[in-house]
Amino acid sequence: MPVIIKTRANVIYAYLKGEIDHHTAPEMRSAIDDAIIMNEAFRVLVLDFSGVTFMDSSGVGLVMGRYRLANSKGKNIRVDNLSERDYRIMKMSGIEKLAPINKITEKKDELTYEKD
Amino acid sequence: MKKINELKMTFDSRSVNESFSRVAVVAFATQLDMTVEEMGDIKTVVSEAVTNCIVHAYRNTIGKIYITCTVFEEGVVRVKIRDKGCGIPDIEKAMEPLYTSLGGDRSGLGFSVMESFSDKLLVRSRVGVGTTVTIDKKIKGKLI
Repeated sequence: MPVIIKTRANVIYAYLKGEIDHHTAPEMRSAIDDAIIMNEAFRVLVLDFSGVTFMDSSGVGLVMGRYRLANSKGKNIRVDNLSERDYRIMKMSGIEKLAPINKITEKKDELTYEKD
Repeated sequence: MKKINELKMTFDSRSVNESFSRVAVVAFATQLDMTVEEMGDIKTVVSEAVTNCIVHAYRNTIGKIYITCTVFEEGVVRVKIRDKGCGIPDIEKAMEPLYTSLGGDRSGLGFSVMESFSDKLLVRSRVGVGTTVTIDKKIKGKLI
């Protein structure tokens, strides 16, 4: 699976794996959207890019689409562990004005992450 | 500039070929001894251009995508991505950041990304004839 979903408290974590392009994005999208639809109670959706080995602008489309869906339900999203390059591509869209985006250098210990 | 090597390839506009095409171009161009960063730049640019051929030029149909990759002695990689698809009626508009003629999850950043990760970008297009995108990337890794 290109996406591993973990739910902890009010947070859905989506760990993306491998390459994100126009070919691979639809499968990732439906896995994340299923998690959003099945978990009405969540507060934040975290898209974790630490396992992403390549991304083009399809990755931006994936994030923006998930932002729109979450936002329509009154939920927030956050993007974590972007590589330097992916962060640069992401910023071209201005998504950082709508949702926090973080580079991989800001990675924290997974176990202590987002306990609330 | 002096050509030292050239690759030509033709493949179907199927999305499964996006990964293959960007990897093939970079594999050929690595004879210039580039950095991982520069390889990533070329991969990204090729991925954007090939996606445009699949999503826009040959929308709802399968056509051929033609790539020529030329390596120059001066340390420049030139990638030409050509299609015989529908063409772009308004190139200026198509190149505007965040503009997309399609909805859904298209970000409208394809040309912006190509511009940002290359040294030179040239787009030629005729409606009903096709589009050619030419990208030059200077390889600095070679000089170090």
